[in-house]
Parts: sequence; C-alpha cells; structure tokens
Amino acid sequence: MSTAMFGAPVRRHEDARLLTGAGRYLDDLGHRALAAAFVRSPHAHARVSDIDVTAAAEVDGVVAIFTYEDLTGRMAEPLPLLIPHPALHAPRTAYPLARGEVNHVGEPVVMVVARDRYLAEDAAARVVVSYDPLPAVVGLPAARSARHAVHPDVPDNVAAHLVQAVGEVDTAIAAAPHVLELDLEIERSASTPLEGKGVYARWNSDEGSLRVYTSTQASTSVRAAVAAKLGLPLVKVDCIAPDVGGGFGVKIVHPWPEEVLVAWAAQRLAALAPEGIKWTEDRWEHFVSSAHERGQLQHVRVGFDSDGRLLGLDVTIWHDNGAYTPYGIIVPIITSTQLLGPYKPGAYRCEFFSLYTNTVIVTPYRGAGRPQGVFAMERTMDAIADHLGLDRAEVRAVNFIAAEEMPYDQGLIFQDGRPLIYDSGDFAATLDKLKALVGWSDFQAYREQARAAGRRVGIGLACYVEGTGVGPYEGGHVQVETSGKVMVATGLTSQGQGHQTVLAQIVADELGVDFDDVEVTTGDTRRFGYAVGTFASRAAVMSGNAVALAARKVRQKALRIAGEALEADPSDLEIVSGVVRVKGAPASAIPLSTVAVLSNPLRYAFDEAAKAATQFAVGDTSKPPVAEDDEPGLEARDFYSPTQSTFANGMHAVIVETDPDTAEVRVLRYCVVHDCGPLINPMIVEGQVHGGVAQGVAGALYERMVYDDAGQLLNASFMDFLMPYASEIPTVEIDHLETPSPLNPLGIKGAGEAGVIPGSAVIASAIEDAEGFVIRRMPISPSELFELRASYAAGRVPGLRRTSGERTDPRTRPGHSPDNDSPDNDSPDKET
Amino acid sequence: MRAQADDGLPAGPAAGEQTREVTLRVNGVGHRLRLPVRRLLSDALRHDLERTGTHVGCEHGVCGACTVLLEGRPVRSCLILAVSVDGQDITTVEGLAAPDGGLHPVQQAFRERHGLQCGFCTPGFLLTTVAFLRETPQPSEEQAREAISGNLCRCTGYQNILASVLRAAELSAGREEQA
Ligand code: FES
Ligand code: FES
Repeated sequence: MSTAMFGAPVRRHEDARLLTGAGRYLDDLGHRALAAAFVRSPHAHARVSDIDVTAAAEVDGVVAIFTYEDLTGRMAEPLPLLIPHPALHAPRTAYPLARGEVNHVGEPVVMVVARDRYLAEDAAARVVVSYDPLPAVVGLPAARSARHAVHPDVPDNVAAHLVQAVGEVDTAIAAAPHVLELDLEIERSASTPLEGKGVYARWNSDEGSLRVYTSTQASTSVRAAVAAKLGLPLVKVDCIAPDVGGGFGVKIVHPWPEEVLVAWAAQRLAALAPEGIKWTEDRWEHFVSSAHERGQLQHVRVGFDSDGRLLGLDVTIWHDNGAYTPYGIIVPIITSTQLLGPYKPGAYRCEFFSLYTNTVIVTPYRGAGRPQGVFAMERTMDAIADHLGLDRAEVRAVNFIAAEEMPYDQGLIFQDGRPLIYDSGDFAATLDKLKALVGWSDFQAYREQARAAGRRVGIGLACYVEGTGVGPYEGGHVQVETSGKVMVATGLTSQGQGHQTVLAQIVADELGVDFDDVEVTTGDTRRFGYAVGTFASRAAVMSGNAVALAARKVRQKALRIAGEALEADPSDLEIVSGVVRVKGAPASAIPLSTVAVLSNPLRYAFDEAAKAATQFAVGDTSKPPVAEDDEPGLEARDFYSPTQSTFANGMHAVIVETDPDTAEVRVLRYCVVHDCGPLINPMIVEGQVHGGVAQGVAGALYERMVYDDAGQLLNASFMDFLMPYASEIPTVEIDHLETPSPLNPLGIKGAGEAGVIPGSAVIASAIEDAEGFVIRRMPISPSELFELRASYAAGRVPGLRRTSGERTDPRTRPGHSPDNDSPDNDSPDKET
Repeated sequence: MRAQADDGLPAGPAAGEQTREVTLRVNGVGHRLRLPVRRLLSDALRHDLERTGTHVGCEHGVCGACTVLLEGRPVRSCLILAVSVDGQDITTVEGLAAPDGGLHPVQQAFRERHGLQCGFCTPGFLLTTVAFLRETPQPSEEQAREAISGNLCRCTGYQNILASVLRAAELSAGREEQA
C-alpha cells in the first residue's frame, strides 16, 4: 500500500469548515423557513381537559396551530415501538401531540407555526391548556410501590421483566464459602450534546417530494418513519443529517415527535411555507423532552471462594424507563449482559424490571446501560476484595477470562439478539499495563506521604468489556470520478467522531490514492439509502469495513480496466497515489482518472482525463460495450454485515483526594488502558477516550437529574445541571493495547463509548478507598460525602474491613473459617 | 454586501412590534438593519445576517458557544440585545481567518491538536482564546485552563482544547518573530 494512512494520526478533513464558521448545523439552514414552537406539559401526569388557542391565533405572524385533534392518518397513531422484545409485555409510546393525557413535564401538547421563532413562542405562551392533574410516579421506589400507576392499564408500572440465567445460581451461592449482598443505586443523567435537536422540512410542490434535515444519529430511519407517517413513497422523501453538534445517544431515537410533526406540517402548509418549516430545540426543551438515562437500583448477591473467585452471581435490577418505551428495553438488556465484564461469573442469574415513571423517556446515552452494569460488578469486586483482605486487582485477575479461552461464550443473549461471545482480548495484559501506568504497587507509599501531610487520598480501578460494532449492517459506496477525486458515501451519520477523516484514511489505503483526494459523505439518504445509524460504537467497525469492501471492488475493477489498457496482467499492477502502474516498470502507467473515463463507454471529452483516454484503445469490438456482468463507471458499493458484535475492553484507574473538611473530591490522576483493536487514527481515538472520560467523571461527581416529587425537573438549565468545565476535568493518561478482532476484514473494534463506561465505578472505588467506608450510590456530591462521613461516624454506614493501607490475608488470619459467612447486607438504605 | 435598511428581516417584524435601526459592524463590514428591539445579538448575527458560525448552546449565558468579540472583548451574544451594540465592532469566527483563507494561529492550533470534535462549541472557544492570548501571550497551563473554564464542551473532555490554546500561544509567538 502506498500511503499507509491506517494507523496515522491524520488531521481531520472536517476541521477546515468547522474552524471557520463554515459548518452547517441544523439551525444554520432554512433562514426563510417558518418556525415551529411547542406548548409542553407543565405537569408530570395530568388529563388534558381543554385547549384554547383563540388568543394565540390572534398573534401577528401566526400561520397555524395544531393539537392532537388536527392530526390525520397515521400521524394520529402512537409513535412506533422501535425495538419490541418478548419480555416487554406492556410497551407504551407517546402520540406526537398529547392525546388527552400527559405523562411527563415537557411532553408536547400543541404545535405553533409562525413567521419566526419569537412570534411562534409569543403565540405558544398564549395557548391556554386546562389540565386535571393526576398523581405523579417519580423515582424507582414510587414506581415499585405501585401506589399509583403511570399508565392506568399497567397497574404495577412494570413495562418489562426479563430473567437470563446460566447455571444454577442458587445452588452455587448456597455452596459458596463466602456470600455478600450489596444494594446499589445510580441516578439519572443525560447525553446533553451542546447542540440540541432540530428539524427542518421543506415540501417541494413541483416534485411532490419532501426533504427533511434533522440533527439525528439515524437519517435513514427518520426518512422511513416520516414516509410511513405521511403515507409517502420512500423515494419521495430525502433525509439529511447536516453537521451535528454532538449526539451521545439522545439523537438515535427516531422519530422524535417533532421530526414527524414538522415534516407533516411542511407538507400540509406547503402553500404558506414555500421555504419550509424549522424547529430548533432550546436548552430547556432538551432537558425536559429529550431522553435521559442511567437511573437504576440494583441488588447483588454473590458467592465466592477464598481467592475471591466468583462461584455464583445473582443480580436484580430495577430500571427507570420513564414515561414511554419507544426504544424498547435495550438499556437494561445491555446492563444485564455487559455487567459480566472480563470475568467468568460462575453461575449467573440476572433479573430486571423495567418500570414506568412520569419522567422523560430513557433511551441509550453513551455507554447505554454499561456504566450501571460495570458499577454493579466492580462494586462487587471491591466488596469481595475487602471482605477477604485481598488486593483489589488480584481479585479481578483471578476472575479474568484468559486470552487462550477466546472466543469465549458467556452463555447469554446480547442486545442484538445474538449469543454473547467475546471474540478477543487479553485482560491480564490490560491489567498489567494499567497497574504500571498508575503505579498500583507504589500507591501505599504515596498514601502514607499524603497522610503525613494531612491529606486523604485513595486509588480505585474498574474493568469493562464493551460489545461494539453491532449489526445488522452498514454499506459504503465508492466512486472514482474522472477528475481523480474519490467520492465515498455511507448511510450512517456523524456527530463529531471524525468519520469523514477515518473513512477517507481507509479508502485511501485500500485504493492507493491520496487521502486528500477522498471525500466522504455521511448521513445523507440521497447518497446512500441503507443504513442503521451511529450508536453502540459501531460506525468505524461497520462503515469502516463497508467502505473498505467497496473500495476493494473498485480497486479490482480499476486493475482490470487498466490491465486491458496497459496490456498487462492485473496482478502485475499496483496503484500508487492515484496512478495504476506496472510493478517494477512505473513508466507504464495510467491515472485512475483516466481509468474512470475508460470505465464508461460513453466518453465525451469534457475534461483532460477524457482527452487522455483517447490514447488507450480498449475493448474487443466483437463484444457489447458494457459486458453482461458489468456496469459503466468506476464505482462500487458493498455491505458489511457481521455475525455478531466485536468486544473491546479497557480498564481505568484513578487517584482521588477527598478534602477532610469540605468533602470535595478531586481526581488527581485518571489512567486508561484501552483495547479497541488496531487504531485507525490514534489522535481521534484518544479524543474519543478523553470525551468519554469527561462524561464519566461528570456522571460520577457532578451531573444528575433532580426531580421533585411532583415530577418537576428542578435543574433543567446549564445553570443548575452541573456539566463540568475544563476546571473540573482531569488530564487523562492513556495506554493502548491493540488486540485485533478476528471478525472483520480490518480487525477493528469500536471506541466511541469506552471512556465513559467505568467512570462511576472507578471513582466510587477510589473514594471508598480514601474514606474507609462503603460507597453504594453514585453520583456523589461533596454534601453527600459529608453526610456519609457523619453516618459512618454514627455507625450507620459500614466501614471497610481493611483500614486504609493495611491488608490482612484471611487465609492466615486467626479464626478464619471457610464456612459460609453470614451475608453482610451492608447497604444503609436498602429498599424494602 | 447587505447594507440596506430593511434587508434584515425577510418577513418583516410583526405588527406593533417595536423596532429600531442599527448598524452591526461585523468583521469590519457595516450592516444597516431595522430590528425588533428584543432581537438577541446571536439571532441577529445568525438569522438576520446569516453568519451562522456563532452558535447557540443554551441561550442563558452559561455555555459560551455564542461568544463573539465586542470591541475586542469576549461577550456572550445570547445575552445581548442586537440594538444595544449599534456601531460597535463585532468579531465572529468568520472574521478570524486571513482574507486569503489562511487560518488564524488559534484555528491552526485547534486543528493541529485536535481541539474539536463536533465543532459546535468551537467558535466560542476560538474567540475566547484569541482574546485571552492577546492579554496573556505566554500563558502557563493553569492560566490557559482558567481562561477556557467558562466555556462548555461535551465532546473533547477539554484536554486537547487546553493543548490547542498552548499551541496557539506558540504559533502566535512564532508568527510575531517572523513578522
Ligand atoms: S448560547 Fe450563549 S452562553 Fe450558551
Ligand atoms: S467539540 Fe462538540 S461540544 Fe465541543
């Protein structure tokens, strides 16, 4: 290969436009469009008794006001259930506009269309909606108690109940020498991209077609949803994700009500809105109507031997899915399967209940249920180590799946409905690297030093395995133009991951062209109509392999045509910097641009390449100009469809300092060892890790969704939701392993979510180590840590068996017996 | 150049809405507009002048994505009424690169150090950095961190933004030496 871009820290193609203000995000489009604004429910749970739009309609500049009653055809039906599952026995989805009932604050009730956003909001403020409030179900304890129901026909609030089991967990735990139980809790957070959602739709009356721009992670699916809702043929709808200002999961939901409503209104109001209709979400709307994640209660019962080896693991999860379940139960399924991490659990049983509450819906946020699963497993590992007086890293190591055991079947069904089989990974090597990076063995000395100076420090670690690159497929199209430029398209979307760069690196290598001659388009259904979307750390794996396969086809065709032109055997040819030449005889050469001309029997001399092509005589005059199994043009498309996900892994370690007086937690060091297979672009992968870690730290120490009992989100602004600034985020130290995946041609694994996954687990581990008492609930604020200290002093929170810095080996401890210890239920706030 | 009165609002202000004529001087070019008095500067730049490089992430003054330079000082354009900056000099991200398209050293540094991912926060960071380096041409790492700690970024974890600011200081110094 001439260029070897794969693996190089290539600067990004995207940056030229994004650095100069030339990016085009959703709200940068459609300056002459009408604006939509929404009246949203101020109640968490209420019946809508009346909607009076008289005053609103009088506002100058108002074009239309829509309520549920105005919706026609399939628009009047509930939004689709995207991912059904047999265990999701009571799925509920919302109507695009509330139909007689609202189930969370922020649910859209009325849509106003006006000449501009200011006027639309003026009018929205004048719509009078009368509500009869109903009791609100807020938080998991309220949902579990079922004193009130979110949906009257789901009286226990249970949307889904699923049990997965491998082996006889009760028997295994009963026979185990040691048993522990833990009650754990993780609170809500959210993706919170800097750019909110937005939709801009324009009906073309001349063509009878619709163009929808939306800030989405899945433009092909929005297209299909809009076409279905509006009763249009798919080919009459284009959907384009322009530059998108971050996604992190929240923009994978499709369609959001606003996406179909704005599209529907654009068609309906075509005569009044020749430039279309646009809605741009504001920050408050994003907090109260776009998805959240993370909220879970967990109960862990674990049996283990005196080395800390897991014998049986029994986990019950109560998962808060919010008011509706459009995205099914993907998040708790991922929690319950990815919880296992790099370990062999012995017998395993995981049961979850997915529960309705009168709060914003819950759909994947970067990590997608994994942070909670890792929290459960890693808190358990630390508890085992402390119980036995063993080193926390050692306890993990005895439970690792060995590299020689790969591929390893965990015996469960993963989120994609396929067996959970790890394809590769060397966990022991990852741990060794991490211990070296953070200085695990030297920490005691550091702790003593710090203690002598009156400082309190702790170290923690956490491990994870992440299923990435889930199917079913992605496709790629590669076309060499007669200018020599290579145009690449894939259907999935980009939100800052640098796909235009990474995919160009891959194609440049595969085809033998210069990186700067490759131009990549993502998320535009006009260019590529089949795609799944960008989530589950799948884009590089799926579209990377798809464009590689398509480029290989193009390469083959180019070599064949060039071989005919140069009268050489294709296997004697190579492509270097966009020129096909005979190996060892570089004078005998033909540029790809000319090959592109030759690939099409219709050759007008529009450009230099076409003129140049006239010197090559091609083809057998006795055959048709386009052979039966051929097509004109130097282009190809191909799809990559793997049998299963590929599993990346990583381990994080942190050193924290907790202020003895204020209980403020400072992360002194944050170390990451990450194995996502061969790195296409290390600069971009490290950027992904940095960003993920920042969200992990944010979720552990700062961010949460604070609902009051009435279901009002009390911190629905950047003033009150504490998204960290640079002043809060530590420097991340990274080391890589590159264990290739045997599953795909490039051997790569996904990297997008990894950084965030162990955040809460690793920081809890370190705070616990610093403080000497158990941490069972995250995130943790200084005031909560302060309270915990008081509870610990009062004997209401159990301390660690190890006093900081001292380790006793239970096997030599006098009086230790291998009998079943009494289960220490060590949570101060166990749910009953 | 759009410099005629009335060309700002394609649809015109609503009946009864109070408007005022202003000159917005953006990146050295004056634009005469009649604007509703409540129009935010961020909206006037983005939607009336169609200079969409200035981004809006919160509209309540916290994220800094809308940062522009007003008379050389960084301000949050979502907290300012357009009619209140009549005649003052405004620099947006579109005004940073040289007329020949050559990147400003701060832009160059962000590119080199991968200081952006989705790019939504980027214009705010760029302008904040430009103003900061004018006052503190050779910042320490701590000073640089402090300087960018009023802007939110959800993608980068700030590490490469910090590296970009320090790199920008180097590049700017180099450029002055050459000059
Ligand atoms: S948009 Fe102005 S500070 Fe966020
Ligand atoms: S680069 Fe996406 S918000 Fe900063």
